[in-house]
Amino acid sequence: MEKRITTPLTLEQVKDLKCGDSVLISGVIYTARDAAHKRLCDLVAQGKELPFDPKDAIIYYVGPAPAKGNQVIGSAGPTTSYRMDAYSPTMIALGQRGMIGKGKRSPEVVAAMKEHGAVYFGAIGGAGALLSRCIKKAEVIAYEDLGAEALRRLEVEDLPAFVIIDSEGKNLYETGRKEYLESLR
Amino acid sequence: MREINAQDITAQVKRLCMEANSYLPEDIKEKITASEQAEPWALAKNILGIIRENYMIAEDSYVPVCQDTGVACVFIEMGQDVHVVGNLEEAIHEGVRQGYTEGCLRKSVVKDPLDRVNTTDNTPAMIYYDIVPGDGFKLTVAPKGFGSENMSQIKMLKPSDGLEGVKAFILKAVEDAGPNPCPPIVVGVGIGGTFDKAALLAKKALMRNTNVRNADPFYAQLEEEMLEKINALGIGPQGVGGKTTALAVNIEKMATHIAGLPVAVNINCHVTRHKTVEL
Repeated sequence: MEKRITTPLTLEQVKDLKCGDSVLISGVIYTARDAAHKRLCDLVAQGKELPFDPKDAIIYYVGPAPAKGNQVIGSAGPTTSYRMDAYSPTMIALGQRGMIGKGKRSPEVVAAMKEHGAVYFGAIGGAGALLSRCIKKAEVIAYEDLGAEALRRLEVEDLPAFVIIDSEGKNLYETGRKEYLESLR
Repeated sequence: MREINAQDITAQVKRLCMEANSYLPEDIKEKITASEQAEPWALAKNILGIIRENYMIAEDSYVPVCQDTGVACVFIEMGQDVHVVGNLEEAIHEGVRQGYTEGCLRKSVVKDPLDRVNTTDNTPAMIYYDIVPGDGFKLTVAPKGFGSENMSQIKMLKPSDGLEGVKAFILKAVEDAGPNPCPPIVVGVGIGGTFDKAALLAKKALMRNTNVRNADPFYAQLEEEMLEKINALGIGPQGVGGKTTALAVNIEKMATHIAGLPVAVNINCHVTRHKTVEL
């Protein structure tokens, strides 16, 4: 059931991903939290170019800890996604295909995902030490002044995640819980 | 009058900040492992296994369990016969500054809640003082992550809401939080006091060893009942469904006003970190 996916994440790949799938993500992904998203969306509003091409991109909601010793990056687990809800529909409309975070999303984000074809992955919150080992390269490409919240380009290998909401809007937080409770009957 | 040097406090705060972020308390590790074994839902069990593997990596490599290394909550229990030589408050902040900088911990504190400029050294610490009889000096550092802190709630119930109202409010807080605070969670509950005291009790409840129940048998039973009720919600690890939504419920209570029944629910994720030293 485990699916391996490599970025760029195409619409075709997205259509093949279903709520509840376990995935291993490889390739280039970008990091941004709310502060960086705000700046990105301000650029979009001004009609200016973004520091990276959002087309078929995956954004990982993470503010990593600083690298220690010979680490590429410090602990790097997902942050709670609802803080990006105000910005995600704009990014999805520009072609962003994937989001990695944890926790609930707004109906507006789900609507944009269905309209444009995007997927929401959940990584394991609080597993930052383990997840950092999947990151092979990390560089800040914009907003260095934001520290942990800067925009980074990461190269990842087999980053474990789950499809929480697929491009049809099916949501693992709803179906998983329901199926578990039904299994008890 | 016993004297303690402020520099010694700085050194201990620094060490505790670094250690608390990499080494989970034994009781939390035991609870995660036991939950993994008892979890009947396949995906939930798989997630608990990754969570276990993660804290082992953090411990072996001495790196933070979670990238949100929190705001440093520092609890001081100071005997009234102790005199600190130097500036106690500044000594604590300096310990946090050194611990977060030298320990490669994330700086997650902004100076002003609206202006939002990072202080770049994770200060100030959130400091809580208790003055007690004697000449002891107990220091606890609890790095508090905000994914779970943001899901905490407080409510001023009416006395007529009673026990059932308290139970319903605890369940509502956990239900509202859902997958957001990185379950499995630890639930700290404060009942009574004033608006602020209830919240403080809830936070202090999170510091208690999860294998130790409230000394009052009524509240000990309530802790067990609420844990069972929360785990019957089916939210599961990370919200994907399953038996393990909470690892423990710790309740603290105190006297309150005839007109009130304050209840605070402070939520912690599975990375429930705290380390204590006595000087």
